[in-house]
Amino acid sequence: MALLSVEGLRTQFATGAGTVRAVDGVSFAIERGEVLGLVGESGCGKSVTSLSIMRLVPPPGQIVAGRIRLEGEDLLDKDAEAMRRVRGARIAMVFQEPMTSLNPVFTIGDQIAAAVLAHEGGRRRAAWDRAVEMLDQVQVPSPGERARDYPHQLSGGLRQRAMIALALAPGPQLLIADEPTTALDVTIQAQILDLLRRLQAERGMAVLLITHDLGVVAELCHRVAIIYAGRIVEMAPVARIFEEPLHPYTRGLLRCLPHPSRFGQPLSSIEGAPPDLRGADAGCPFAPRCPLAIESCRRHEPALAERRPGHFVACPVAVV
Amino acid sequence: MVGYVGRRLLQSLGVLLGVSVIVFGLLHLTGDPTRLLLPLEAREEDVRQLRALLGLDDPLWVQYGRFLARAVRGDFGLSFKHQVPALALIFQTLPATLQLTAAGLGLALVVAVPAGILSALKRNSLLDALCSVGVLLGQAMPVYWLGLLLIMVFAVGLGWFPAAGRDGWTSIVLPATALGAFSMARIARMARSGMLEVLAQDYVRTARAAGIRTFVVTYKYALKNAAIPLVTIIGLEFGILLGGAVITETIFAWPGVGRLAVDAIFSRDYPLVQAIVAVLATLFVVINLVIDLVYTYLDPRIVYVRSAR
Repeated sequence: MALLSVEGLRTQFATGAGTVRAVDGVSFAIERGEVLGLVGESGCGKSVTSLSIMRLVPPPGQIVAGRIRLEGEDLLDKDAEAMRRVRGARIAMVFQEPMTSLNPVFTIGDQIAAAVLAHEGGRRRAAWDRAVEMLDQVQVPSPGERARDYPHQLSGGLRQRAMIALALAPGPQLLIADEPTTALDVTIQAQILDLLRRLQAERGMAVLLITHDLGVVAELCHRVAIIYAGRIVEMAPVARIFEEPLHPYTRGLLRCLPHPSRFGQPLSSIEGAPPDLRGADAGCPFAPRCPLAIESCRRHEPALAERRPGHFVACPVAVV
Repeated sequence: MVGYVGRRLLQSLGVLLGVSVIVFGLLHLTGDPTRLLLPLEAREEDVRQLRALLGLDDPLWVQYGRFLARAVRGDFGLSFKHQVPALALIFQTLPATLQLTAAGLGLALVVAVPAGILSALKRNSLLDALCSVGVLLGQAMPVYWLGLLLIMVFAVGLGWFPAAGRDGWTSIVLPATALGAFSMARIARMARSGMLEVLAQDYVRTARAAGIRTFVVTYKYALKNAAIPLVTIIGLEFGILLGGAVITETIFAWPGVGRLAVDAIFSRDYPLVQAIVAVLATLFVVINLVIDLVYTYLDPRIVYVRSAR
């Protein structure tokens, strides 16, 4: 049994200007100890997918269909208290903005200790010691002193380490990392990625890594799911995505990366813009921008099909 | 921290020095006060005599120096009307005013903070709508009108509370309600918007994602952040209420500093007016100082930002 399996997830936002279908039938699974990358551009539904798994979609967002199974238990059936016990303890989350994701008026140590106390109870003193130990594990120098610091006293990199310590303190089986390095300097990014890789290996923890950065995917992931307009369009082991991408959108994304052989030439881009997610029209969402689109692409939405062992594509035209 | 407190104390002394200049100036605001103090038919010799008695012949800075030297010792002179030290009169009436102000603000806080928080948590609910109407009424009603209304309904009509005076705990209910209504509305509005803003912050989502209990997230994580702007308002409100007590005390015949001030102004009792302004201004400065120190407890960022300069 997969650790987490998401089946046909649909999350919508009812707005005055129509219903936005932010996540529109997403299915994937994560095995124990696996790192799955969820890749897409801004507004494609990556973050809403992760918030749906945590059941923290902000109103007016609503999960309207699908199953989210953690070790077989459907998270969508759980009441508020049962779901709270899942959050942090079994699935934890690291957010993009280390500047705003930590509470400015409590010390780092207090915040980590609170996460421990919320799940394990026990004495405050013991929880504090765990907080210091966690800061040490994420390689924060002088963890005992830093635990007494407030977030504004730490650099962005240290704050993100503290954020990771907070997420991992209750010992989750699955870590959802939503753009964990996007807000950081490039050198700090590399350090944080190293840290995530080491912690993942040491703890045998599964990671759902949400990013728009294919470089980060190559560093860390075992498998990749490419998401476009709220739908997964391609999913494969990481090497296959880079060596032999099948979906025209994935190919377009890879062509956008700078490459030594194209030095001096302008970077390429994908023509057009992502579709309006309020639309209800049938057909492949990428069809209007797709160089390979044929008539049937505009009429029938392609299903995700296994075209090669472990390599799923939602495109009938893709050249295998 | 000690440096910060020291700096704030020094600043407060500076403000008080400014206050002393204004209070001193009050006496000279209407020109030569001797003409106002003496009856119209007074002889020129009487005027000269009084000028000499009050020391008004000396240069202004000498007069100010003398005034300041006395004021720091608490000596504002004798009240013209009552012929007792002005400060003594104030200390007789100040407890009544502080009691009324504290009751008004306390009532405002007890009602407004929970109402504001609940409105934010149950946004756009019936409760939220009711609170909004209450806020509108509270802010739209002038204190003298609300005061009279309360007297008509609860004192004259129903006879639940006395209409005036300070006699037993029931007598404070109506004036405190009248005085606190406006603050109540303001604080409720601030508590609601503050909570709404804080609940939308990333760190609230982080706390929920870590499985912290909703109660703890709301009343510990969010409230401490929302309290920062709230404390500012509460501090200011206390000062405003001290001043607002002038009208309320007059309506309800509450024997406080406000009523004393109105009497003093009508009877041109300069030393008493000076002393009242000085005492209220000092109270205001002290409250502001306390608020600033409360900040450093609520928001650890404040001390560091200021000492970095």
